Amino acid sequence: MTTRIVELRRGILKKNDELAAGLRGRFVDAGVLVLNLVSSPGTGKTAFLEYTLRELRARGAKVAALVGDLETDNDARRLAASGAPVRQINTHGICHLDAEMINKHLEGWEGVELAGLDYLFIENVGNLVCPSSYDLGEKIRVALLSVTEGEDKPLKYPTLFNSADAAVITKMDIAEPCGFNRELALKNINEIRPGIRIFETSAKTGAGIDDWLAYLAQAHTARHGLQDPL
Amino acid sequence: MHELSVVASIVESVTELAAAYPGARVLEVRLRVGALASVIEDSLQFCWGITTEGTPLQGSKLTVQTLPVVMHCTACAQDVELQGVQSFRCPRCGEPCSDLRQGRELEIDSIEIDEVEEAI
Ligand SMILES: Nc1nc2c(ncn2[C@@H]2O[C@H](COP(=O)(O)OP(=O)(O)OP(=O)(O)O)[C@@H](O)[C@H]2O)c(=O)[nH]1
Ligand SMILES: [Mg+2]
Ligand SMILES: [Zn+2]
Repeated sequence: MTTRIVELRRGILKKNDELAAGLRGRFVDAGVLVLNLVSSPGTGKTAFLEYTLRELRARGAKVAALVGDLETDNDARRLAASGAPVRQINTHGICHLDAEMINKHLEGWEGVELAGLDYLFIENVGNLVCPSSYDLGEKIRVALLSVTEGEDKPLKYPTLFNSADAAVITKMDIAEPCGFNRELALKNINEIRPGIRIFETSAKTGAGIDDWLAYLAQAHTARHGLQDPL
Repeated sequence: MHELSVVASIVESVTELAAAYPGARVLEVRLRVGALASVIEDSLQFCWGITTEGTPLQGSKLTVQTLPVVMHCTACAQDVELQGVQSFRCPRCGEPCSDLRQGRELEIDSIEIDEVEEAI
């Protein structure tokens, strides 16, 4: 017997990274701006997205959404009420979306052509850990944090917040009764991801949504920029 | 949280590679894991035994090299290593840094195998 060391240097998520790179290319070619929304369960991703889809449609934008869920199609039904095409991805227990699931659900999506879309939103499975490792080919990764979750979430889940391109604080309408410390939350997000754009929103009152929509419009105009999000 | 699927894909990759060395036993698998990879070594080790059972990796050891986060500080015009992942500021000058150079790695570095010598 002889021992031998075989150098590999192979990324464990290489397959996902390659698929995601392929998706990113398709999205760029189609001219669609793709956003991946990540947060804990219950932060308000669906509520925020319902509002966003409605407003974008009212402004004449062509939008669609993919939504990941462990078992139900509740979120897909809520989002579909906006009138936008929505497709559910049931992960059956898997705690994150991956590029292969996105690939699969873009196939045979009736009435949806990537090239005919302005925006495609992907609501990830509610989880602050695993989705951060799986690139979906998105241009913008949005990390959401609600006022009820604790201002230290960014410090507890630095991987996710550090990989985000924009941050959204949700449920601002109940910030006061929750004793939400706004300065501390902003500081913590900035410690983990210096300079990130932060939107303070409410899906109940619509607060902060105009800023968010302006950001989307700007990102849409700049979508052909070659630079990938970090 | 997805350590089990991470371990499963390591086993898959290594099994594939080990097929090129018939009869060889895998002794050790060495990983490089960035501080921001969000996998926990204890959980990897915990899954290792069960997942490798009945594969060419059975009985092998898993070693994990943790890589610190390295950022490029524009103010200092150099790469700097962070002490932790609680603050993305340059440890030299205190300026915030957003240009990540290392820390998200999740890769198999190398494997050590016990080769059967060719019969003469
Ligand atoms: N007060 C208030 N409640 C909100 C707001 N946004 C969401 N909620 C409530 O928070 C709960 C969870 O909202 P969802 O939109 O389902 O959250 P989610 O992040 O999509 O949840 P998962 O998909 O299960 O991870 C619901 O009861 C919403 O009505 C908000 O802006 N203000
Ligand atoms: Mg939801
Ligand atoms: Zn510096």
